[in-house]
Amino acid sequence: MTLLDELEARSIAILREAYFRVAPLAMLWSMGKDSTALLWLARKAFFGSVPFPLILLDTEMELPEVYAFRDELTRAWNLDVRSELCPPESSIDPTLQPATRAAARKTAGLRDLVAREKLRGVIVGIRRDEQSTRAKERVFSPRLPDGAWDPKHQPPELWDVYHTEVADGRHVRVHPLLDWTEVDVWRYTQREGIPIVSLYLARDGKRYRSLGEKNITLPVDSNAATIEEIIAELETTRQPERAGRVMDHESEDAFERLRTGGYM
Amino acid sequence: MNQLRVVAVGHVDHGKSTLIGRLLHETGNLPDGKVAELRAACDRRGVAFEWSFVLDALQSERDQAVTIDTTRIWLRTAQREIVLIDAPGHKQFLRNMVTGASDADAALLLVDAYEGVSEQTRRHALLLELIGVPRAVVAINKMDLVGYDARRYAEIRADTERLLERAGVTATAFVPTSAWEGENVVSAGAASMPFYSGPSVLEALLALPARARTNGAALRIAVQGVLRRDLQRIIVGRIESGELGVGTEIVISPARRSARIASLVVWPPGEKVTAHAGESVGFTLDGPFFVDRGDVISDAQHVPPIGHSFRARLLWLGSRPLQVGDTYGLRFGTRTAKVEVADVERVIDIESLEGDGRREAQANDVAEVVFTGAQSLPLDAVADHPGLARFILLDGLDIVAGGTILAALGAQAASDLVPVSHLLDARARARRNGHLGAVVWFTGLPASGKSTIAMEVERRLFESGAHAYVLDGDNVRTGLSSDLGFAPEDRHENIRRVGEVAALFADSGAIAIASFISPYRTDRAAARRAAGTAFHEIYIKADPATCEARDPKGHYKKARAGALPDFTGITGDYEEPHAPELVVDTTLLDVDAAVDTVLAYIDEWILAPVRPGGRLPSPIAPEADSP
Repeated sequence: MTLLDELEARSIAILREAYFRVAPLAMLWSMGKDSTALLWLARKAFFGSVPFPLILLDTEMELPEVYAFRDELTRAWNLDVRSELCPPESSIDPTLQPATRAAARKTAGLRDLVAREKLRGVIVGIRRDEQSTRAKERVFSPRLPDGAWDPKHQPPELWDVYHTEVADGRHVRVHPLLDWTEVDVWRYTQREGIPIVSLYLARDGKRYRSLGEKNITLPVDSNAATIEEIIAELETTRQPERAGRVMDHESEDAFERLRTGGYM
Repeated sequence: MNQLRVVAVGHVDHGKSTLIGRLLHETGNLPDGKVAELRAACDRRGVAFEWSFVLDALQSERDQAVTIDTTRIWLRTAQREIVLIDAPGHKQFLRNMVTGASDADAALLLVDAYEGVSEQTRRHALLLELIGVPRAVVAINKMDLVGYDARRYAEIRADTERLLERAGVTATAFVPTSAWEGENVVSAGAASMPFYSGPSVLEALLALPARARTNGAALRIAVQGVLRRDLQRIIVGRIESGELGVGTEIVISPARRSARIASLVVWPPGEKVTAHAGESVGFTLDGPFFVDRGDVISDAQHVPPIGHSFRARLLWLGSRPLQVGDTYGLRFGTRTAKVEVADVERVIDIESLEGDGRREAQANDVAEVVFTGAQSLPLDAVADHPGLARFILLDGLDIVAGGTILAALGAQAASDLVPVSHLLDARARARRNGHLGAVVWFTGLPASGKSTIAMEVERRLFESGAHAYVLDGDNVRTGLSSDLGFAPEDRHENIRRVGEVAALFADSGAIAIASFISPYRTDRAAARRAAGTAFHEIYIKADPATCEARDPKGHYKKARAGALPDFTGITGDYEEPHAPELVVDTTLLDVDAAVDTVLAYIDEWILAPVRPGGRLPSPIAPEADSP
């Protein structure tokens, strides 16, 4: 088995465990490369039709190409996509630094959704190599009643004997892509022919390496105009993936505060 | 595949995080700006530069300078990608250490040259074996603190070698290092240690053998569930070992039904004829067989043992001690079951790595335990099929242990190991008697109604032509157990004898109705072990006040007067069964209704399988469908 085969097989097994053990269940789809690869894996796991709804936590601030990509794929793949409009910025804690407020809006939107739909599980496409607090996550990560993450008291997670049950009123985050790296996702996207938002490919010496809200995400310098070139670029770069995401860099604990509050 | 996952373990402060930080930095695996970012984080806390901040990302970890939870980070070299898993060395975070280790192919064990082998070094070595990490690279670290002394290195190396050998972990290399000074971490041949000519830590990691998948061995798939697509019933699961293809003859356990693979289903739609270990697959069978989540698919030649009891080694993580008689939720493969602790055979002392005579395990203890479940379970041993023999225990919603199945006990062995003549014999007996051999075990308080119900059930079975016999206190205490009194140890022995005799009755094809107070769970579990799948526990339930009011033999009155010491219900303790096959509440049912309830159960599980048109009596798994 190649590394991609191994990663794919494990992610499919995790998606199936989630489906057979956790209900009601939903999956977040941000239209980024990771969550679109995850969507592809879900289609493989369930033979073409995804048996749970896909949720876009919508701040109405995504780049226009991203919305166009959603509409196109929703039609082509006959997807059950639901937009969850996040609470406005005016309702967010004003002591938060400006660049993290969009993330806080998404956190609040997800909390509302989980409460309203009484969700017991939310599948999210985060990866360990993206960010050092994500590196400490569990595959099945239980949440406190308000969706918060308690990294100091995580339960053990042994082998692939996953513990999927949570107490009433709580939910579990399911992370099928934790073991994948950025370059793994690109290699898989290339191998499987998974569609991507065109913003990832360089135009005029710039490309988006990570997609976030339009006011807080910056393109990086790059000439990688194809997936092959992206992979070649990643094999040599020493720039972190989220360098263009302003929200990560405002303070040392910016991301940890978001994540313990319930952000993805 | 050349990727390797390596867990760094060892006693707290022996330098794991520092060594990893060093490895990443010197191999160019830290992103630009990371070192400056860490320096700023250290400055803010007024501490000297800490490599460990690379991994200890949580604010609380940095503030307290301690690794709390496991993390991982990618180390890329030209030859191989290594995923480094950092695991905390603090005893209180052992759950996180095993979480990290359970995903690893090999370990990097650090031992402080100054402090030597310490408590968590021993515990981690023991746990590597339990978790299934077979080999380790050992770094004897902080050599700078002992003046790079060759004799000190040799001494610690010998201690560690002995420890790993006893724990059952193979050391592939010993490397004297100073992670702080960067000696022998990435490049070997540190000038400070001319006595050492072996590889650096990185070189030793690169030389580790690749992860192995067990193709070609016996087939095992834990069924995750069944999906319906276009009128097909697609069974899905991940192949733990072996391979399968269209036409492969398989056996579904624990029901032990045979079937053939009709098709492999893939998406996007395509042709697939074989699948191998490690793949997540979907397939259909050649008939309308009932397959459910938790079943195990094997090839026809290597069927898993089926039984109720097994011996396990586990790491206890519960806040309350693990004791005989406790019940827990068991999860292994994709199966969930309820099990009772039948025996705590050994609790390992961390100094000697031997059993220390304790009979209950405290948090962080490793123990060997016998479990008994009410249902038949497919019980592969960890030596044969590690992927299906690893389990967690749940107390409510909390994970309280992780462990491995060492061996099935009293299990119906795999079909290829059972002599054919024996199988025909059991089947012949069942056919002639018109029922399966069985032990129907009544337990309950004195005067709960056991004897009354047992005698009436025996009479009705006899009249219907069944071969049934009641074993009770009156016919056992006067002969077989005439040498025994009523103290707890005598009661244990009495029930042990009855359990063995009842099992012989069942083996001969009879229905033995054992009617005993049998107050202790362990004793009943032993009786269940003796009879295997032929055992049926029926709890004759009544509250103590009702029993005392009935008191047909005047025992309660005598006991109240002090004439019967250790009388169960007044001075002795009665331990209610946690998972009996049937509960008959005699405060709700009169005698006739209670007898009818028991007979209906016997009819379904002991008579019906042999009836023409009924389920065939499988001599291997008489209760093919678990309740």
